Amino acid sequence: MNTIKCTTCGHENEKGTTICKKCGKPLDNDKQGTLLNMRYDGSAIRSKTRNRSIVDKIWRFFSSVKVGVILIAIALVASAIGTIYPQEMYIPSNVDPADHYREQYGITGQIYYQLGFHNLYSSWWYMILIALIGISIFIVSIDRGVPLYRALKNQPIKRHSNFLKRQKLYNEYKAYSEDDKVRLLDNLKKRRYKLTEKDGHILAEKGRFSRWGPYVNHLGLIIFLVGTLLRFIPLMYVDDFVWVREGETTVIPSTNQQFYIKNEEFILDIYGDEEEDEIFVDALQNTEAPVPKHFETRAIIYEDVSKDVIGAEPELKEVQRGEIIVNAPVEINGLSLYQNSYQLNEFQTMSFTLRDIEDDDTDIVEFTVDLTEPESDYRFDNGFHIELHRYYPEYELVDGEPTSISNYPRNPGFVFFVTPPESEESEASFLAIGQNIPSGDNQYKLHLADFTVRDVSGLKIRKDLTLPVIGLGAFIFMIGVIQGMYWQHRRIWIHPNEQSLLIAGHTNKNWYGMTKEFEKAIDGTQFTILQDQEQKKDE
Amino acid sequence: MNKIEHAKQMKQSKKRNRFIFRSVILLILFGALVFAVVSNITAEENAKIDIHDRAPDFQLERIANMDDTNDSTLRLSDLEGKGVMLNFWATYCEPCKKEMPYMEQLYPIYQEQGVEMVAVSVDLTELVVDRFVDQYQLTFPILHDKKSQVLDAYGIKPLPTTYFIDENGIVVERVLGELSLDRLEGYLQQIVPEET
Repeated sequence: MNTIKCTTCGHENEKGTTICKKCGKPLDNDKQGTLLNMRYDGSAIRSKTRNRSIVDKIWRFFSSVKVGVILIAIALVASAIGTIYPQEMYIPSNVDPADHYREQYGITGQIYYQLGFHNLYSSWWYMILIALIGISIFIVSIDRGVPLYRALKNQPIKRHSNFLKRQKLYNEYKAYSEDDKVRLLDNLKKRRYKLTEKDGHILAEKGRFSRWGPYVNHLGLIIFLVGTLLRFIPLMYVDDFVWVREGETTVIPSTNQQFYIKNEEFILDIYGDEEEDEIFVDALQNTEAPVPKHFETRAIIYEDVSKDVIGAEPELKEVQRGEIIVNAPVEINGLSLYQNSYQLNEFQTMSFTLRDIEDDDTDIVEFTVDLTEPESDYRFDNGFHIELHRYYPEYELVDGEPTSISNYPRNPGFVFFVTPPESEESEASFLAIGQNIPSGDNQYKLHLADFTVRDVSGLKIRKDLTLPVIGLGAFIFMIGVIQGMYWQHRRIWIHPNEQSLLIAGHTNKNWYGMTKEFEKAIDGTQFTILQDQEQKKDE
Repeated sequence: MNKIEHAKQMKQSKKRNRFIFRSVILLILFGALVFAVVSNITAEENAKIDIHDRAPDFQLERIANMDDTNDSTLRLSDLEGKGVMLNFWATYCEPCKKEMPYMEQLYPIYQEQGVEMVAVSVDLTELVVDRFVDQYQLTFPILHDKKSQVLDAYGIKPLPTTYFIDENGIVVERVLGELSLDRLEGYLQQIVPEET
């Protein structure tokens, strides 16, 4: 059957056991003379026992440390590749990624893009890889942690003499007195060893809890991974963005149109404006663009208290007012509004004057176009009529056609029809920044007289309830690391024979420390230090 | 004999327990994996309002071609009983411009069959929309989402985005990007109300 019978005590051990669970006799008779493998205290790793059903086979696959290490190695290599070129989110948003990678990085860039490495960290295969590592860690921990826990909890005090003889630290003592033995045990007790005794056999043990370090550590990792999964739940995680123009009120995304924000004023301070900035004069000479020192949005948050249908005029009630400064967000309904970016000097209004070509000094009429809500007709007392025939907020020539490429007046273009008094005929002219094109032999000419600008504030809308979970995972992870690193599980077996006393020692790490500790414990006795059998053999 | 049988039984139940334990753990772990991957894939599309959802009701001001009507606003729920093609567009969006003539071409045909077209413009200024509608001679109602409320409610990301809504107000199709004439007609046929 699937058991190994101990030749000494007759205990039936599970297949895969290397040290008899009852009497502690090594079960690998053929390897006499070599040191015992003390991993998992010689207990059978669960998955290696039987694998019949598909569940057992999957379990066994993931319980292999080798599989886990290979998965981690693949993830490491993939993560490294992802840093060769910038990820897609870090390239300019107005370019086609396919062209960008080819033009910037040549053929390798193109391959990089085509293989999907430009979105590596959110790709499905990368996610699966990380999830498989998580599964592997979980199953490995159960598979090894539970038998180890049981083996240590139920460990026999009385061990077979072969068990002691095949430990790394071992010695046989013939010349000693009972007093020496008492003194040794006393010293061990003082060193906070826990002593248990059975039929004169003694087990001294300390720091067993450090064996759980790796499992605590894995638990932390798993909580961490669960925390990252929670990001997909909208209640837990929001990451949105909104542009608000000065003077404008707009709906805050991710609030189901419940909250609105008004940008009262956007303020930007740059270095070099104040006296105290004098120390930066030299540094500032090396920069091309002004260096922002401080920027903030004076904002008012409103709540729509009307229970009206979406799109109806909201009934706004002020709920909060404050400055949104970098790193000092305004909080509303669990969401944080962070100052993220800005666009300066977007056109708001433009004023024009109309003059006769022959008389370039007198303004016939003057008018202002509000670029957010332009009117189409401008009539004047002196009979002139000007029609705004076409308006392009962000003007660009596309295939010879004037077109607007966005909503926003960043580069406005206009087609005006000017009709003089008592005339049916109108003259057309096209105006844009640096352009003033008459349609033909025009008698009147429009001039850009003045303009006003305003700033646009970019706000990030964030909510992240996963951070406490991730923090907890990281904290538990660290506890596990400390537990496993700074403490060691040390055991000393004392085995009385007819003529002699056998003593063996084992630790899961820091053998040097263990040797030193034993040295101190035998202080004032006739005992000598334990022999390092590994070293002895090497000599 | 009895002892052996007892041991066998113990072993059997132990085995069964282990099988159940392992199956449950694996199910939970792979469930989490599938959840992560599926959420990640759908997060990019991020359909706030998707197929089979009820199209949220809204009311917006009509602009541009209002000569034929006295209503200055249009409410989606008023169109219940009709199929509705809800198109989000802007004048600066090239693919939107291309599909507008197709919509205009099919509008009279499908209006007779009980399908209404509604185009929600996300342009900031009314003027550009007015001019555009004049130029393309569009006759279906044009709504102006000045405060981006409806845009936010429907979670519109790319333009154009088109919803095909049946007579009960349920979304039948959601199309991102430009529509060809054939595809447009195909979708419109899906939302023609059944004869009663």
